[in-house]
Amino acid sequence: MEFLLEPLEYEFFRHGLVAALMVGSLCGLIGVYVILRGMSYVGHGLSHAAFGGAVVGFTLNFNFYAGAGAMGLLAALLINRITKKGKIKSDAAIGIVTTAMFALGVIIISQARNFNQNFEAALFGNILGITDKDLLVIGLVTASTITMMFFLYRPMLFSTFDNEAARIFGIRTGIVQLIFSLLLTLSIIASMNVVGVTMIAATLIAPAVTARMLTDCFSRMLIYSTLIGAATGVAGMYLSYIFNAASGATIVLFGALLFCLAAFYKLIQEKRMLRTTFHRHGNLVHSHPHDPVHVMQAPVQDNSGTNPEEAGQKAG
Amino acid sequence: MNSAVNLSNVTAGYEHNVIFARLSLEIAVGQFAGVVGPTGCGKTTLLKTILGTHPVFSGRVLLNGCAVDSVPPGTIGYVPQLGTVDWNFPVTVEEVIMMGLYTNKRILPWSSKEERERVHALAHRLGIYDCLHHHIVHTSGGQRQRAFLARALINNPKLLVLDEPTSGVDIKTQHEVLHLLGDINSEGITILLTTHDLNAVASHLPWVICFNNGMVAQGRPCDIFTNEILTRTYGGDIVIVRHGDHFLIANSTPLHLTGEH
Repeated sequence: MEFLLEPLEYEFFRHGLVAALMVGSLCGLIGVYVILRGMSYVGHGLSHAAFGGAVVGFTLNFNFYAGAGAMGLLAALLINRITKKGKIKSDAAIGIVTTAMFALGVIIISQARNFNQNFEAALFGNILGITDKDLLVIGLVTASTITMMFFLYRPMLFSTFDNEAARIFGIRTGIVQLIFSLLLTLSIIASMNVVGVTMIAATLIAPAVTARMLTDCFSRMLIYSTLIGAATGVAGMYLSYIFNAASGATIVLFGALLFCLAAFYKLIQEKRMLRTTFHRHGNLVHSHPHDPVHVMQAPVQDNSGTNPEEAGQKAG
Repeated sequence: MNSAVNLSNVTAGYEHNVIFARLSLEIAVGQFAGVVGPTGCGKTTLLKTILGTHPVFSGRVLLNGCAVDSVPPGTIGYVPQLGTVDWNFPVTVEEVIMMGLYTNKRILPWSSKEERERVHALAHRLGIYDCLHHHIVHTSGGQRQRAFLARALINNPKLLVLDEPTSGVDIKTQHEVLHLLGDINSEGITILLTTHDLNAVASHLPWVICFNNGMVAQGRPCDIFTNEILTRTYGGDIVIVRHGDHFLIANSTPLHLTGEH
């Protein structure tokens, strides 16, 4: 118990822990929609664009978050515009737009070497340098995202599952998509200082895919992913303290470990199901679930006198 | 005549490519009509134009007398082509049907008792009550079609539009689905569907629209399934074998594939 309480004596750890908890749950929640909408690469790209924006904002004496936010939104709008006519696919548009914005940031940094320190934090995360202001921003983004996701659950689910049908049924899918893009951009910007631009994509995706391994129910997936994200943040913080490792990277690695465990659990579960449903019909050993949809007919009597397994081998 | 669908001089397409020009089409209230035509003939564009998801270059589209962009939510029921559905999406059959009610004013995520009762009653009627809690991937082709049909019917629409409801299912399921649609139509709901299956249309649908980048003909299958019209629609020789009230449509030059191993 002491190893849990000891780090809490330090203010930097308490700040980091609260930030990791909020960012973990925020990314876990929004990550479900990111993976189900096939937007994993968008999360990765937007974080890079936001980094470029943060550097530009810093150079022009803007606020860090204002620069990152403006560039992130600009990137989202540009990607949407480029892909609208269908000639250029979204992955290509994301690749060119967001990498160009990231490159702009790198160029500016390389020209003015005196502020390298600040942007290393944005690139690789500096959870131990989280300030009260950062906590306030993360808290506001987390609270507003959870509130919006709660009240927009129905249109968000329908448009994520079947966007065209949702539109035909009367859901304003354009507005839903705009709100989602806005929340995703804000979440990425709020998470930048915690896990770093290079690792945000994993923080968004890992809890959601882990939750997908554990359930086939959408609402449960949202809850599991949020809890897994929060738990990953907290456990990652403690592990980084214990092993004296970079906190952002530890959080991401712990998330990946949970995913591996969930995948392994799923594999065991499937194998166990197969074992319990094995059946023998004459010489034919096979497996099938025992529900009315999948009930198979008894095998046709083999009149050739050969063993069915041998007959199968010959046919193959 | 009261029109459920009224297209007047509609031109639609993609960028510089006009798919159909100056199309005028009326489908009467209570009609059960099928649009047939070859692949790429504009059936899906026509359907999307009627549903208001594809912008038109010119012309006017009215549904039950209302401009398509001002039709109240729930007036149109839509069943997508099953091939376009993401079957690994984490939703149950009940959730799929419930989505039809997501356009109402309720903002809480969970469903109300009244909503659940409506979904259960409809699932009972369509014979999918037992698989309500199954994940969609664990259902048969017929159950999937019924689940999406239930989603389309949950708001008691006036017009039901189905994109290729007979594709990807076996003949028995196809027959069941078309009979079910016939029952729904007999309750006064106008039905419009697209299909590739001429024989299924010939034996089940009372009204057919032959389409190939414009309307070739429309009428009862027994009147318009002629060699001349089908050749104009499909561009190849087609044989129609008639036997009393039934007929079978086939390609006149069957291709015999021979393979040497």
